[in-house]
Amino acid sequence: MTQASAKLIEAIADMREDEALALAREFLDAGGDPKEALDICRKAMDIVGRRFEQGEYFLPELMLAGEMLAQISAMVKPLLANQTQEEVKSAGTVVIGTVHGDLHDIGKNIVVFMLEVSGYKVVDLGIDVPVAKFVEKVSELQPPVLGLSGFLTLAFDSMKETIEGLAAAGLRDTVKIMIGGGQIDEAVRAYTGADAFGGNAMAAVSLCRQWIAQ
Amino acid sequence: MGPAHSRQQRENTMSATAISSSEDPERLYNEREQRLNDAIALREPDRVPIIYYTMFWHATYTGMTFKESMYNYERLSEVTKRIVLELQPDAIAPPHWLNSFGPTLELIGYRQLQWPGHGVEENHSYQYLDREYMKPEEYDDFINDPTWFIMTRFLPRIGDVFAPLAKLPQFASVQHLRLVQSVRAFGDPELQAAFAKLARAGQEMERMSQCAGAFVKEMKALGFPLGQAFTAPAPYDYFADYLRGSKGIMLDLFRHKDKLLEAMERVIPLIVNSAIQTLRDRPCKIVFMPMHWGLDGFMSPAQFKTFFWPQLRRVMMGLIDAGLTPLVLWEGNCTSRLETIADIPRAKAVYWFERTDLKLAKKVLGGIVCLKGNVPVSLLNTGAPDEVRACCRDLIETVGKGGGFILDGAIGIPDEAKPENVRAMYRSVHEFHS
Repeated sequence: MTQASAKLIEAIADMREDEALALAREFLDAGGDPKEALDICRKAMDIVGRRFEQGEYFLPELMLAGEMLAQISAMVKPLLANQTQEEVKSAGTVVIGTVHGDLHDIGKNIVVFMLEVSGYKVVDLGIDVPVAKFVEKVSELQPPVLGLSGFLTLAFDSMKETIEGLAAAGLRDTVKIMIGGGQIDEAVRAYTGADAFGGNAMAAVSLCRQWIAQ
Repeated sequence: MGPAHSRQQRENTMSATAISSSEDPERLYNEREQRLNDAIALREPDRVPIIYYTMFWHATYTGMTFKESMYNYERLSEVTKRIVLELQPDAIAPPHWLNSFGPTLELIGYRQLQWPGHGVEENHSYQYLDREYMKPEEYDDFINDPTWFIMTRFLPRIGDVFAPLAKLPQFASVQHLRLVQSVRAFGDPELQAAFAKLARAGQEMERMSQCAGAFVKEMKALGFPLGQAFTAPAPYDYFADYLRGSKGIMLDLFRHKDKLLEAMERVIPLIVNSAIQTLRDRPCKIVFMPMHWGLDGFMSPAQFKTFFWPQLRRVMMGLIDAGLTPLVLWEGNCTSRLETIADIPRAKAVYWFERTDLKLAKKVLGGIVCLKGNVPVSLLNTGAPDEVRACCRDLIETVGKGGGFILDGAIGIPDEAKPENVRAMYRSVHEFHS
């Protein structure tokens, strides 16, 4: 690794936004490979994810890391336009959404972000997602993992109905289901019939790693 | 709800009414108030008190829709009275201010909430829309003149009726003849129309307040004091919830931290003064303070000690110095905050914990602040009465030991709680002793 890329990784991982953006610009202006820039971002995100797991970083750091990543990706994109983009092989597909009746999305968005930077292809169905929509997407995409999000207490029943809906469509055994959000605990997991619950975004990543053979 | 259930409900209601009517309501009122005051003062009451607090459970329980609760003030009074007589709590959070303001929201054209029958289903709780309502570059405008900023920039963004307020002059800068000239703004037809609509909204809120006031009076006559009388935010949540949005504020922690700190300084006295003014002539001195964005995971302990706690503490101290009692609801899990938030004067506040382990909280905060909570939502919604009873017993016998404890659900009574579980929780304070 060159000194420039090491410095960029460190700036992103240490939350020095202005410096990270300037270094990325410099790297690209000096003719650095745009694909390598994205690779640098991924390495930096690995560090951010680890620090989050170790309780050194919290949601604000994930949020800022996401912002840095988006800005650097925007710099890289025009440079990649002329190259034939190789499909990056994804680690697997995860379908996710906030269950019907619930409009909260911040927790879900963070989970989506962490899954994406961990190499998963995420299909985000948004908020207030009807049972039928989940059933349709699971049937169509056959994902190994489905994530159901909900902050309100009404989400317990919405999650239960969603999982029952999948069972009725004969899809329950084809997919591992993880749930998460404000009030979710083991009792709620048992009530809804989900396979596991997670307390934060990295828990979702760990579950996917466990469930999807690399 | 089946017929068997309704029958049981009627019987319970009747027996509760029978008990209460045989006793002197005034004596009961004084006893309940004393019990609550003892708990807050960290003395050991005759038994652990319990406060009635719910968003929409009264609707689920009695079969009215959540929408009806939002729109029919009298019906809300009626069903809450029935429930209070059945459950016999030691105090009640006045329900109208929590869940009966649909007509006013409509008249204002309010955009920060979706409520039953208006953006969410008729039987779903209202939900806040977490968005950016103030740009980061507007911190300076806010800091320079918060009132002008709120009136002419923020309000037009969050309510249709407020749009023409953008035309109001900055009154703090005008006096004497310039003031006279500024009056011209009120000749603007759009502004006049806005004031007419606001007058209509004001009348509607007055009608609701009258009904809420009559309800509180009736509850007092029946022997039930209030458990809270005003709501105040933490300065950080003031900006996170209502102005910057959760994403915006988290980025501000890095990009605009000095502005955020300065802006929070500006709102501390505003929050304190509004509570003091509202409660000046009220008998209940408890200020409800729900905490949203400072809990574990939402910021680091270091960020909490810089951006959340010092400002919140100053609000709490302002209230305490004025003789008011902050009832702080620490949502989510706040285990890593316990040592920090122990830094308050003894016996002057209540900490209500949602998911923090109360036994752990008792170890750190026992002898400093009265604790409240926290029968899990999942247990009340999906468990059996025996499990609820065992959970309450455990809380009463351990956290309640030596006083300084109020029993409640993690967030009061959840909207979907099973009635038999709620009854088990309310019975437990009579069954078990610390």
